[in-house]
Amino acid sequence: MDMKPFIIKQISVFSENRPGRLAAIARALEEDGINILAFSIAEADGFGVVRALVDNPDKAYRKLTGGGFSVNFTDVIAAKMRDQPGGLYEIARILGDGGVNIEYAYAYSGKEGAVLILRVDRVDSAIELLLKHGGELLKTSIFH
Amino acid sequence: MPLSKVVRIHTTSGTTGKPTVVAYTRGDLNNWSDLIARNLTMVGLTEGDVFQNMVNYGMFTGGLGFHYGAEKVGMTVIPSATGNTKRQIEMIQDFGVTAIHCTPSYALHLAEAAEEMNAHFDTLKTGMFGAEPWSDAMRKELENKLGVTAYDSYGLSELYGPGVAFECKERNGLHIWHDCYLVEIIDPVTGETLEEGERGELVVTPIVKEAMPMVRYRTGDITMMMEDGCLCGRGNRIGRITGRSDDMLVIRGINVFPSQIEHVLLQLPEVGNQFMVYVDRIGHLDEMTIEVEMTREHFSGELHDLAQVQKRVAKALRDALELRTSVRLVEPGSLPRFEGKAKRVIDRRGGI
Ligand SMILES: [Zn+2]
Repeated sequence: MDMKPFIIKQISVFSENRPGRLAAIARALEEDGINILAFSIAEADGFGVVRALVDNPDKAYRKLTGGGFSVNFTDVIAAKMRDQPGGLYEIARILGDGGVNIEYAYAYSGKEGAVLILRVDRVDSAIELLLKHGGELLKTSIFH
Repeated sequence: MPLSKVVRIHTTSGTTGKPTVVAYTRGDLNNWSDLIARNLTMVGLTEGDVFQNMVNYGMFTGGLGFHYGAEKVGMTVIPSATGNTKRQIEMIQDFGVTAIHCTPSYALHLAEAAEEMNAHFDTLKTGMFGAEPWSDAMRKELENKLGVTAYDSYGLSELYGPGVAFECKERNGLHIWHDCYLVEIIDPVTGETLEEGERGELVVTPIVKEAMPMVRYRTGDITMMMEDGCLCGRGNRIGRITGRSDDMLVIRGINVFPSQIEHVLLQLPEVGNQFMVYVDRIGHLDEMTIEVEMTREHFSGELHDLAQVQKRVAKALRDALELRTSVRLVEPGSLPRFEGKAKRVIDRRGGI
């Protein structure tokens, strides 16, 4: 099976943990009309990584890199979640039973409904498992 | 010494306030050019060489000092002085220059300008660089770009000027001439004399100076005495200058020089070469925090990789400084850049 349509490019931006950095990233993307679908911030000792799912990852990469940010792509998958109790558990259980480790996850609710974005240790296995168990994954083609 | 016996005056390029005036008798000028001639001979230069002296010829000692030393060797001297890099490049090519002298930062500028002009230096073989500290990484870069063997030249106006100490062909320490200078290394804080191999402030007593004799002159430069046994057979050697004693920090009783930090960072591709040091006293303990820029190419996008880089930098600093430090990773380009004298240390400990 071709997993590629389900592998989504998240942009990861290095950011110091100080006021205004997130705003600077958001403003840069807004200037070029790039829509942020979801984001999360992971932080450690004084620095962090802003993770964002945007409607045009390549354009976002160019814009942010041009603005002096350190940016890289990270492969993630986006699973539709039942927007009711147990929705998250279902996905976590399928992956857990299949031996796939979730490194981190964050969610958003958009016109596709509730979506869980997952960074896992084995992307291909995760896609296969979720599809096999009736899960629904967003395709990369909804992005530009 | 009456002024009538003084035949020349130079001034120091001192970093603080009014320059210091230095005076020379005829005997001084003779000793000085002898010293330079010895150094040039030591690195293999002869009357067959063509020498372009690309430093300031005014009050700065580097211009006339090297000029007369090179003439004493019998080299063909081109007193090109500073400025007009394009013209400097053309002169090197037109006159078949084999040896140059300039500051390391100007040498880098020259190399970059030559690259842009697509100019090659086919005849060049020797580069002598001094008047500011420079690293071994810079040596490699200069040698690659200019096609020279690069030698470190040390001196200061109070001790005549350039020529006090100079690298031989081994380029493992600078020979300092025992018949002209007595050398000690001291702890800049306590003043006590240090052993061979211990880093401290260079103190020099010149024994041939006439117009301005001095005893135990504190140079402010940080180096160490190296053990005898240079493969070239010459004696007294000092290490390359690694900083200024006024930049020295005492953290929990350990002497730290910003140049040591710079040296560590140069070895780590994950981080840039710019840094800032903050020193605080928390409780009764000195705490040193070092901010360093993550390099763009080494950002994987993963937080745990960043944490790994942070750990690696802290460990390398700990190994080099024998001191635990906190390392903060900051965004590329976010630290201040300095022109001229860098102010990288912010000591917030207050009255000590
Ligand atoms: Zn030697």
